[in-house]
Amino acid sequence: MSSYMGRKINPQRFDRSQIRSYLILIPVSIIMVLPIIYVVVTAFKPLNELFAYPPKFFVRNPSLQNFRDLWRVSQSMGIPFSRYLINSIVSTALVVILSIALSLTTGYALSKKDFRGRNVIATINTVSLMFVPTAVGIPRYLIISGVGLTNTFWVHIFPMLAMPVGLFLVKQFIDTVPNSLIESARIDGAGDFWIVHKIIAPIVKPALATVGLLAFQSSWNAIEASTIYITNDALKTLPFYLSVLTSQQNLVAGAGLSAAATLIQLLPNMIIFIILQSRVMNTMAHSGIK
Amino acid sequence: MKSLKMKKKFRPGGKRTDNRSLFGLLGPYLILFTTFIAVPVLLAILLSFTYFNSVEPPTFNGIQNYVYMVTQDESFLKYIIPNTLLFAFVVGPGGYVLQFLLAWELAHIQRIPRTIFALVFYSPSMTGGVAMAVIWRVIFSGDQYGYINNLLMRAGMISQPIQWLTDPRFLMTIMILVSLWSAMGVGFLAMLSGILNVDPQLYEAAYVDGVSSRWQEIVYITVPAMKPQMLFGAVMSIVSAFSAGQIGVDLAGVNPTPQNAGQTMITHIADHGFIQYNMGYASALSVVLLIFMFLSSQFADYIFGTDD
Repeated sequence: MSSYMGRKINPQRFDRSQIRSYLILIPVSIIMVLPIIYVVVTAFKPLNELFAYPPKFFVRNPSLQNFRDLWRVSQSMGIPFSRYLINSIVSTALVVILSIALSLTTGYALSKKDFRGRNVIATINTVSLMFVPTAVGIPRYLIISGVGLTNTFWVHIFPMLAMPVGLFLVKQFIDTVPNSLIESARIDGAGDFWIVHKIIAPIVKPALATVGLLAFQSSWNAIEASTIYITNDALKTLPFYLSVLTSQQNLVAGAGLSAAATLIQLLPNMIIFIILQSRVMNTMAHSGIK
Repeated sequence: MKSLKMKKKFRPGGKRTDNRSLFGLLGPYLILFTTFIAVPVLLAILLSFTYFNSVEPPTFNGIQNYVYMVTQDESFLKYIIPNTLLFAFVVGPGGYVLQFLLAWELAHIQRIPRTIFALVFYSPSMTGGVAMAVIWRVIFSGDQYGYINNLLMRAGMISQPIQWLTDPRFLMTIMILVSLWSAMGVGFLAMLSGILNVDPQLYEAAYVDGVSSRWQEIVYITVPAMKPQMLFGAVMSIVSAFSAGQIGVDLAGVNPTPQNAGQTMITHIADHGFIQYNMGYASALSVVLLIFMFLSSQFADYIFGTDD
């Protein structure tokens, strides 16, 4: 018998052998978290600390001035900050809800229904995991203008809904739902939408949470629609306003504003991930491409 | 009767004739997928064989765009291709290995600290490039207020502030560092989950069979047992390696970047398509980019693919 025994995966209690993991993880995580901490402290710096030389990393007298300025600057631009915020919230909520619904019904059809072309569609979807929108920006632009979405609020929503990664994850998860459950419902006379709603959805909740998270991130952070497809400022979203702020000439004075805006942008992402993380990890167990 | 039954695999969802509800289930996604993903890819291929300035209708010009790419476009072979490949090779495989190693170490600690570390590693990938580019521009700012300049000047390593983001010597390195920083995305979570779900009995059997180091453990047990997650992670890494090049323009604030130092396929496409309105040529560039991505994915599939 070999003398080598590997360290335990997913240990229940602390053991000396874990110290080496911490020796790697702690320095890496400090480097990775520094820029985020920078955002937080800068957002609360008053103007005199932003201009202090030499620059200090941490904030001495935290103030909410930058957040107040966010409202003020936006008013001088003619569109109140709250308008961008509401546009962002409404479009993101719609994208999240609709993409969850779409990946659920489509995933069910691809996993549990028998029809010609089923495998072809599933394969095309998997291949298209790599056809990210950014790679085909030009034709996408032509299509979106062609279908008349330019300068409408819907341009924030429709192009974001078909999410190959989301469908892929949900389908993989539905594959694990036993067929017998669906059979017995069908014998009782249940239709497809009833089955999706009452049987599939509760079981694949973790996958739906993951789709929701991914949809949230892509929509909440999206800027293309506002910069490329919309000319009416009243229809634009928060990331656009953020990018306008940053194009201001004075980087140092703008830094506090930008950091405050970035924090507003970043915080919802983090909160949602914290809430959903155990479900997301559960889904990722089924994420493999075979 | 019996043979019929065996021939047709029973699917509980219903018979083939159930077309109406099938359309209801599949239709919306297929329409959106076709409109916003499939048609753009096909259109990119078609337009790549045309001259198209977005004002007049496109005119067919054969493979002229591709010929122009390799013979006339001065920056393409000199900067774009080397930059794209350098960036993709470091950020793709580099980020991928980093993801795996961090996930591996995370799998060996307890649940609560693991969750906290996972949040820290995942957070950078949550922010859009635009949001964080602002922050990097302040940190790498070219005057003495920039944190990096200030640190180096106080340490006495430099006497004059360095123009980090507009100096061609540094831009690519900073792009790579920033991209690696935000590389721990969905693929990272998939791999972490994959490692955690490897059957512990496999390891025990392997110890009996004489596996004698951590590397053997990873190579002979962990990776083979989680090939599907490895492939998913690889595809995600490939996608971001080829599409994250946008960060160069975000950091430098201009397209093209100074002396093309941070110019990659993605920003070259935007330059020709949205700035010069040379859409036929930009489409040809998109097709080349898609071919790069496709070949890389095929390679990943060759390594990690399973026969199922």
